[in-house]
Amino acid sequence: MDTIKVVLAGQPNVGKSMLINTMSGSNSLKVGNFSGVTVEKTEVSFHHDSHTLEMVDLPGTYSIGGFTQEEKVAHNYLLNEEYDVIVNVLDSTHLQRNLLLTLELLKLNKKMVLALNMADELKKEGLEIDVKQIEAIVGVPVVLVSANSGEGVEELLHAIHESFDSKRRRSSNIVYSEVFEEEIFELSSFLEAKGFKLRDLSSREIALRILLEDKHLYEEIHTHPIMIELQPRIVAALEHIYTHHETKNMVDIKANEYIAIARGIRMETVKSKKKKELKNRTQKIDAILLNKFIGIPIFLFMMWGLFQLTFEIGSIPMEWIDAAIGAYGDWIGSLIPHDATRSLVVDGIIAGVGAVLLFLPNIIILYIGITLLETTGYMSRVAFLLDGFFHKFGLHGKSFIPLVTGFGCSVPAYMSTRTLKSEKDRLITLFIIGFMSCGAKMPVYVLFVGVFFSPQEAGNILFLIYIAGAFLGLIMAKALRLFVFKGEAEPFVMEMPKYRMPSFSLVWHTVYNKARSYLKKAGTFILAASMLIWFASTYPQQPLFESEFSAKIEAAGDNAVLVKSLENELKLKKLENSYLGQIGKATEPIFEPLGFDWRMTVALETGLAAKEVVVSTLGVLYAIGDEVDEGTVSLQEQLRANISFASAMAFIVFVMIYLPCLAASMVFAKEAGGYKYLAYLFVFTTLTAWILSFITYRVLV
Amino acid sequence: MKLSELNKGDHAIITNIGNDEALKGRLFSFGITKGAAISIEACSLGRQTVEILADDTLIGLRMSEAQKIEVEMQIDEKMLEEKK
Repeated sequence: MDTIKVVLAGQPNVGKSMLINTMSGSNSLKVGNFSGVTVEKTEVSFHHDSHTLEMVDLPGTYSIGGFTQEEKVAHNYLLNEEYDVIVNVLDSTHLQRNLLLTLELLKLNKKMVLALNMADELKKEGLEIDVKQIEAIVGVPVVLVSANSGEGVEELLHAIHESFDSKRRRSSNIVYSEVFEEEIFELSSFLEAKGFKLRDLSSREIALRILLEDKHLYEEIHTHPIMIELQPRIVAALEHIYTHHETKNMVDIKANEYIAIARGIRMETVKSKKKKELKNRTQKIDAILLNKFIGIPIFLFMMWGLFQLTFEIGSIPMEWIDAAIGAYGDWIGSLIPHDATRSLVVDGIIAGVGAVLLFLPNIIILYIGITLLETTGYMSRVAFLLDGFFHKFGLHGKSFIPLVTGFGCSVPAYMSTRTLKSEKDRLITLFIIGFMSCGAKMPVYVLFVGVFFSPQEAGNILFLIYIAGAFLGLIMAKALRLFVFKGEAEPFVMEMPKYRMPSFSLVWHTVYNKARSYLKKAGTFILAASMLIWFASTYPQQPLFESEFSAKIEAAGDNAVLVKSLENELKLKKLENSYLGQIGKATEPIFEPLGFDWRMTVALETGLAAKEVVVSTLGVLYAIGDEVDEGTVSLQEQLRANISFASAMAFIVFVMIYLPCLAASMVFAKEAGGYKYLAYLFVFTTLTAWILSFITYRVLV
Repeated sequence: MKLSELNKGDHAIITNIGNDEALKGRLFSFGITKGAAISIEACSLGRQTVEILADDTLIGLRMSEAQKIEVEMQIDEKMLEEKK
């Protein structure tokens, strides 16, 4: 079976990822309505018409001569990798601008298909495109598609097949400005008269490249004898062009030519049936959401609402899950006769993994919120609203996107910093993403807030924690800009995409994938960590204590109260002398000034692996050290009895700031450009966390 | 006059983008060069950023960037009618 390697290229936010999803029927790619969702190339492969199609989704690029990291990814791929067909995806409602990239792609001389996406929106806006006419002008197959409705997708796949099978592509009929055409004609007739050939380029193409000062072409012909005669002709031709364009800057001239061509193609091929409304929907919505006075309050209100929903609605299924896990643990426990095995399953696995599962509803709601912000196009508006404010703190408006993503998970957040062009903006943003509490930290907050605050206050407190973290991040950003990463900031020029109704399937698939990876983590990583923690907290066994206490318990005889307290004392002694207890005790002095006991210390340390583990560690440690009384089984009540308000708040502060999980740390090191940055991050976050926790504890105690 | 001096609702033609190559490249990729018609759609609080409409594309710009762009203001036809 033949394999066709297809590369999707297009400007940001034209629906490339969604088009791949529709074509392949898979839903593995992340799709969002803001520039820069696909930061690294993504690959999918599937079968169609007895061929295997391998699709590579390149990050969106406005041009392939760009400077941002993602534009470099696209540029390097298109120039240096092996592939068969380029599918250039265009937003058909913004044809003129999208064609600028097409013109650059055509210069690559590869087999290419144009996919005019968003056919459904085109209809809604009352526009009509003459596809055949565009095809005639650019010389490559053109298909009108809608990734949303699936319209035209079959035709696109066929066009890819045909393009792959065809020997050569047709020549294009792109017409440049009059002065350019005149000089192209002069030069190409000269080249033809001399019988000059170069690769498979036509004389017209060679002439055009000469005039556009194509460096590669000059490298190829500069040693050729024809250069002697060609040179004076080129100089004269360029002079002629300079006078017409009123500039000698070839970049500007090329820009003007391309824009003129793109405008020409659009005017020739796009017909508007409807008379254009004075203001379209997007502008009307912008008038409210970007309003000078209410824009920011609306944004803050939406964020506040999101956190309220996360806590209020999320707590309903939480109770059911909690009850179900408890019942499940009891039932499994009754089936296992062997003591140590039962303890491993019930106190280790079920307690640890269960503590993590409990927070699935909250995480789903948070992700739904973030996905909605992304897909509707509101995220870019927020960047617009906040740029002025962010700029004061040494950040860029675009930093907002990674920072908000950071509330979900730091891993994609670190990766999305690539949309920032300036290296310093990027590093500052990378360093403060951790201050945006990720989804995995939420269980810790929800747990402690639930214990120490009334249900009415909980949502507000949770919001306050997130806001406090974000503000702290901003202050840190300013400090980093002032003392570490000094220098010029990147210009803020950003597209505000059209508002789109989020499609249900899009939101569902994104949230489903997030929830699935959360569960997967619970089933693998957290499972293993729970077992390890259980082991470390149960071993080494203490036969000495056990015999000593069993003797005491026997002596106590019928005195039930005394037996109970002796049993609990034994449990505590065993725990304190376990491996985990020893580690906790050894490091306790470091955390003692913050009011943490050794169990909290251990939870923080295991939390370096993953933040979910903080809760599961507490779950395991407090389930075994059942020292209060038989009636209280839930972790929340255990915490209320064992931890003071001041230490709990200091604990929240510490969790809020200290090093992100192992996976995120690895991605951080990769994105920042080396492990030395990870070392800086460790020192930076740990010191900040310790100092602020210390202050919190001392103030409250 | 400079783009940064325009107010919400103003229409203008760009006459010069200046010498900032990064800015020029960015604007070109949105299809904006000398001669492009723009209108001001929104300004953020304290005039930190400005949203412009050019060729059916909405673009957010920081004021410090807008200061580098020379424009020629177009007189709004509606306003003329109102004056009449």
